[in-house]
Amino acid sequence: MNVLIVLIPVSLAMGIVGVAAFLWSLRAEQYEDLSGDAERILYAEDRPISSKKSEPAQRKKETPP
Amino acid sequence: MIAQLRTGERQFALILSGMVALVGLAMAAVGQGDPMGAHGWIVLLFAGVVFCLLLRSLEDPEPSEDRTAVYYDDPTKVGILISLFWAVVAMGMGVWVASQLAWPDLRFDAAWSSFGRIRPVHTSGVIFGFGGNALIATSFHVMQRTSRARLAGQISPWFVLLGFNLFCIVAASGYLMGVTQSKEYAEPEWYADIWLVIVWVTYFTLYIRTLARRNEPHIYVANWYYLAFILVMAILHIVNNLAIPASFTGAKSYSAFSGVQDAMIQWWYGHNAVAFFLTAGFLGMLYYFLPKRAERPIYSYRLSILSFWGIVFFYIWVGSHHLHYTALPQWVQTLGMTFSVMLLIPSWASAGNALMTLNGAWHKVRDDAVLRFMMVAAVFYGLSTFEGSFMAVRAVNSLSHYTDWTVGHVHSGAMGWVAMIVFGSIYAVVPLLWRKETMYSWKLVEWHFWLALAGTVVYVFAMWNSGITQGLMWRTYTESGTLAYSFTDTLVAMHPYYIARAFGGALFLTGAILCAINVVMTIRRVPERVPELDHPTSSEAGEPAVPAGE
Repeated sequence: MNVLIVLIPVSLAMGIVGVAAFLWSLRAEQYEDLSGDAERILYAEDRPISSKKSEPAQRKKETPP
Repeated sequence: MIAQLRTGERQFALILSGMVALVGLAMAAVGQGDPMGAHGWIVLLFAGVVFCLLLRSLEDPEPSEDRTAVYYDDPTKVGILISLFWAVVAMGMGVWVASQLAWPDLRFDAAWSSFGRIRPVHTSGVIFGFGGNALIATSFHVMQRTSRARLAGQISPWFVLLGFNLFCIVAASGYLMGVTQSKEYAEPEWYADIWLVIVWVTYFTLYIRTLARRNEPHIYVANWYYLAFILVMAILHIVNNLAIPASFTGAKSYSAFSGVQDAMIQWWYGHNAVAFFLTAGFLGMLYYFLPKRAERPIYSYRLSILSFWGIVFFYIWVGSHHLHYTALPQWVQTLGMTFSVMLLIPSWASAGNALMTLNGAWHKVRDDAVLRFMMVAAVFYGLSTFEGSFMAVRAVNSLSHYTDWTVGHVHSGAMGWVAMIVFGSIYAVVPLLWRKETMYSWKLVEWHFWLALAGTVVYVFAMWNSGITQGLMWRTYTESGTLAYSFTDTLVAMHPYYIARAFGGALFLTGAILCAINVVMTIRRVPERVPELDHPTSSEAGEPAVPAGE
């Protein structure tokens, strides 16, 4: 089964990419406000926020430690 | 459409389509006397039409409105219409294929209409044409809305959408000419595969770039599902299609792997295509459109994220359950079986999460056929993932494999889950996209719902009965130890079920046609919605706007 020499590394590499993405999402504070995140899509206006005011930074400041 | 583009962008698109047309011309020239030559003409025609459309409006005035203040919905709109077109064509092919099994004379004695050629037109047409276009279109919609940012590009969304459809056309026309590399759900030959890689990498880049410019710090869970769909499909497609062309002037190629090795690669691809194309992508759809339509947040957002990571880490190992009782080493089969059973956990978490979201809003499900489409999709998702885990167990597989049970299982997933969630999402999104008050006819939506449900149930029950009958007949021995039934005996036993299957498929096809009519009539006849706000607002992320009506 020489093919496993290809498939197992490819699958493991994909798994590592997955773990890396998961760790990134943890560090990027993606899971800090889950109920807010779930609700916000319901109330968003149907237009993009055009002015680039670096909202992520603002929001971080607002959240109390 | 083209009026939205600036002159520089139009020129760029013109050059791009010109280059594709030249590639088509080159293929037609070197591939003379081979199906590749015919494909060259198809590519030339496709790119030529795009080229002429662009050339005609090259001198038109520049777009006047501020493009950054609105979402880029033109590619989504076109994608949804193309998806419906493919739905009607490919499901029509499906009914024809099914009818050929019941009444073989329906082949009409032509080579191109033989079962082996039109079956892949049905499968690819439904999966890639109908499902793929719906995924691309809704992913553009969902990504922009959940990121509160416009697509990162004017031309690349069009390149992805049209390029993908060029791939679908080359694939489908190739099957009719007998071009195939004999890999399930990956039949197109090498040049089509290379083209798809280019399109798909552009798609991934577009998605990442848009995500990078998001104005909403959180990446909504639907985007993770879409992203996994795009990324994993790229890798699967590349590895499974590693092949060496017999010559660069013809369509024929030889796989880089052979024998059971090739089979393992194929089903590693095949089952992950089920996982990341037919599951992850459509779960992205479910996790956005279901809460939107029900106007309730997902029941457990935490669980939706957990099941995402569960699916990502479990699914990749299950492909070998397609190769039970073959030359594949036993431990690889067992690995696939074990992970298949484990997959039940994240799958049912998603299905349960969707149904619990509706808990407390059953009156909406009762009144709104769109929401009912989504609910039935979640139910069938739960049913077919259970069935899948069950069939992956070696003992069950010894009965079910190579029988119609597998066909029934696939269709309970494809019709009950994939098509239902797509139709629900289309009905939810069409009035929004075209800024219409409502759908043209809710009565037609109701009709579609019941036709689709009845068609699915008839189909799946016919195939369960037929498959188990077939499996049992194959393994029945006489007292002297010989097989009790000949192959023809099993065919005779299955004939009534094949008729029922064609009937169920016809019901489902009728529903899809009603949907296409309804969408077209909505665009043409229904009056525009008057916007609730006619003044700009300064919204701030992290501070949700007050919902209308509260």
